[in-house]
Amino acid sequence: MLNLSRSDWLLLAGFSAVVLCLPVILEPIGAAYPALMQKFCIFGIFAIGFNILFGLTGYLSFGHAAFLGIGSYAAVWSFKLFTMNAIPAIIMAVFFAAAFALIVGYVCLRRSGIYFSILTLAFAQMSYNLVYSVLTPLTNGETGLQLTLNDPRIVDALFYEPAAGLPRVDLFGLFISGGGYAGFYLCAAMLIICFIIALLIFRSPFGMMLRAIKSNQNRMRYTGFNTRPYLLAAFVISGMYAGLAGGLMAATDPLVGAERMQWTASGEVVLMTILGGVGTLVGPVLGAAVIKYFENIFSSFGDATLHDVFGFLPDAVEQPVVSFLVLFVGDGWNLTLGVVFMLIVIFLPGGIMEGLRRIWNLFGRRPGDGKKVLAAHPRPAE
Amino acid sequence: MPIPNIVLHVADVHKSFGGLHALSDVDLQVQEGTTHAIIGPNGAGKSTLLNVCIGRLAPDTGAVVFDGQVITGKLPHEINQMGVVRVFQTPEIFSDLSLLQNVMVPAFAKRDGSFRLNAIRPVSSETGIRDEALHWLDDVGLADQRDAIAASLSRGDKRRLELAMGLVQKPRLLLLDEPTAGMSRHDTNSTIELLKKIKGRGMTKVIIEHDMHVVFSLADRITVLAQGRIIADGPPDEVRGNPKVQEAYLGGVH
Amino acid sequence: MDAILLQVLNGLDKGVAYALIVLGLTLVFGTLGVVNFAHGALFMLGAFCAVTFNKLLNLESVVIDPTQTTAWGAPLEVRTPYVEAWLGDFGTFLNDYSVPASIVLAIPVMLFIGIVMERGLIRHFYKRPHADQILVTFGLAIVIQEVIKHFFGANPIPQGAPAAFGGTVYVGEILGMGQTLAYPWWRIVYLFFSLTVIGAVFAFLQFTTYGMVVRAGMHDRQTVGFLGINIERRFTVVFGIAAVVAGIAGVMYTPILPPDYHMGMEFLVLSFVVVVVGGMGSLGGAVAAGFLLGILQSFASMNEIKAIIPGIDHIIIYLVAVVILLTLPRGLMGRKGVMED
Repeated sequence: MLNLSRSDWLLLAGFSAVVLCLPVILEPIGAAYPALMQKFCIFGIFAIGFNILFGLTGYLSFGHAAFLGIGSYAAVWSFKLFTMNAIPAIIMAVFFAAAFALIVGYVCLRRSGIYFSILTLAFAQMSYNLVYSVLTPLTNGETGLQLTLNDPRIVDALFYEPAAGLPRVDLFGLFISGGGYAGFYLCAAMLIICFIIALLIFRSPFGMMLRAIKSNQNRMRYTGFNTRPYLLAAFVISGMYAGLAGGLMAATDPLVGAERMQWTASGEVVLMTILGGVGTLVGPVLGAAVIKYFENIFSSFGDATLHDVFGFLPDAVEQPVVSFLVLFVGDGWNLTLGVVFMLIVIFLPGGIMEGLRRIWNLFGRRPGDGKKVLAAHPRPAE
Repeated sequence: MPIPNIVLHVADVHKSFGGLHALSDVDLQVQEGTTHAIIGPNGAGKSTLLNVCIGRLAPDTGAVVFDGQVITGKLPHEINQMGVVRVFQTPEIFSDLSLLQNVMVPAFAKRDGSFRLNAIRPVSSETGIRDEALHWLDDVGLADQRDAIAASLSRGDKRRLELAMGLVQKPRLLLLDEPTAGMSRHDTNSTIELLKKIKGRGMTKVIIEHDMHVVFSLADRITVLAQGRIIADGPPDEVRGNPKVQEAYLGGVH
Repeated sequence: MDAILLQVLNGLDKGVAYALIVLGLTLVFGTLGVVNFAHGALFMLGAFCAVTFNKLLNLESVVIDPTQTTAWGAPLEVRTPYVEAWLGDFGTFLNDYSVPASIVLAIPVMLFIGIVMERGLIRHFYKRPHADQILVTFGLAIVIQEVIKHFFGANPIPQGAPAAFGGTVYVGEILGMGQTLAYPWWRIVYLFFSLTVIGAVFAFLQFTTYGMVVRAGMHDRQTVGFLGINIERRFTVVFGIAAVVAGIAGVMYTPILPPDYHMGMEFLVLSFVVVVVGGMGSLGGAVAAGFLLGILQSFASMNEIKAIIPGIDHIIIYLVAVVILLTLPRGLMGRKGVMED
């Protein structure tokens, strides 16, 4: 069915294998619990989608969290109104995110560069502010939208007697919410599907056109292309990815608050994509996983843990070391993130993938042909 | 003898920038299948004329008619899709893409139109487009560098790449803005050969050129612009002997 | 009538505050061509200069006075701020006026921060794409705010305006319209303060040779470079000035909004909207946009308007930004060729 080259099949097989075996792979680093792994997958999807826009076209959106939020709200409403089954919720999430992305994209893509970034930022702030204020009947404002006992759930009500207590999100009998493996595998399957779609887009003429637009949009126009629909398609696709991520977030934990839509949340997906490697296929997923993993580890660190770790040092050294490092852990995790991010942008604009490639070249190169220029090397997108 | 078809008609075009009359009452007809050269001293309005033809600039008055349709006011991509292709003077290429991709992109525009969401079939399976692109890369002598990144090319090679990007679209009308500027004598000659080779294929060409060697080797008809006005228009020999032209080039304003 | 007048005043006051906050942003953008997402952080740093200064002033000596006892019978701890102990009445006065007085601290500190930032980081990004500039300064903004959070905590720290300017002023009475139109004193002070600073920056650019070179640089950076003027050094100074302006704007804002580590990010979005509406790199545009948005914002907050379009007060600024950007691609006063791509 898929018309892929041999190396792409290998890439896909490798990627799927790693994602499906995450519980085994992550065991040694203590991250093999479903609640964390499904976060990797969800943010992986979000970042892959963001990268389809930013990586291929170079349009830097600061408003993608809005699509994520809309996906989440749509999914929770599907749980409240229709059924606890995850499938309709996910479809609703993607649909509403796509519809909103179409409107926002249509307007924002009339400008490019920094103006585009600011326009997306303005839209995101507008949605965030509205969600907090006049849309409270739909979003439950600051408290956040959640399931209640007297939700209608009309489809479910036709088939079962409601059980006592709040129902859980399910997928034909498997419980998705509540941090079980079913939730993780649903997210993992979605991630793999999203990866396949991204792979197809990257290899397709459509992907090539997007890269060409990034390279020289004006020339594209004189080459006979109407660039606007290409950009809009990329924008909507990437909004749908965000909506799917939001839907999955709601499916695994049916509670959604407005902070999910704040522009700093959009900033986070930018960080993930840059950290992993803009314009690469695997990079964004890697970036998302690395950030979510270290967020998890670093946030749980505190004074005491550091003292344990550096206990072998003499006290006179230990004290300043610990009091310096304590800046970066626990509540200071964001500081670490900021510093790492700056270092990446300054020294390694291609992100982790670029770093891996450099290491690979270092070892993979035979002595003597060090000067040979790798002509068709995929350049890091900037 | 059948009356030759007029492909491009620049009808009474006037364009001024502030107080400067870049084009005044320019009226020009290009016959199908010919190579029409536009020459003139610096600042004569040649580039302005070309920009008007491809929709980059809107004329103040007058219109440009291509193949019976008015193209002034149309968007650049619409004009291109009608079959008018321009080869730029300063290389406008996709620097981040490979040479092959640079030529494949316009080939897709020719086949798929101004927009098609072709996101499932990989580029590697588009053998028709690929072969065509390779063919033109080979014609301009860049086939062996097909996988190099376009940004790494020399200026002269970029010009040749541009030419391939224009030719791959098999335009009805090809507008060449100094196609050999910045090329070595050897490359210039091979470009002339290439342009001669494609002459018989029903492609109409408008060439703006400084190099008289190029002009007289290729042109069927020459229009001379000076200070935004047409001062001569005719077959090469007639233009060569025209005293007004000699004055414009030798004794006139420049 | 009073309601309208109040909204106009409110809008002017908001607008001039916006203008002041974005002045440095657009100055840096216009001259250096750098999109500085850390500008909000500079504003926040200024606010924390005021907090620090206030803390310094309130360092106290604690003396246990056995002759007096508290209500619980324990000896009374007499706390005297050192400044009051050393300087007497002037100390008390200084403590009262700690917010405006901390400008003395803020100017050198912000100048230093600005220069270090330009030399250490921004300079290396002049030739990088705007996206990279946004990203690296965004990272820096996170770093700055987290460091502040570490030292000052996450909660807002209220700062008092000087007692003399603490209450409300009956603007109506001054204008001879009765007592109905009341307005917080400090916001009037901020209004005049902002106007002064904006005026000073404009005067600096207009009337000094230094400013002339900077303006030339805003117009055509390359040519100024060709003229053999050491433009790099001037860029550093411009960035320093921008940091100082942002900083003192932050200092004086503290009695209006208790500063917390996150305020920079909140103001950042707003600042960019103002700059873009005004036209990137145009100082006049930024000021005009500040006024426009301020006045629209305060009218949108009127109950009468909110009754017609619910929620308009929350989105008006962004809505205006979207409309302006789509109809006037370069903003109110943007120049051609600036950030077109």
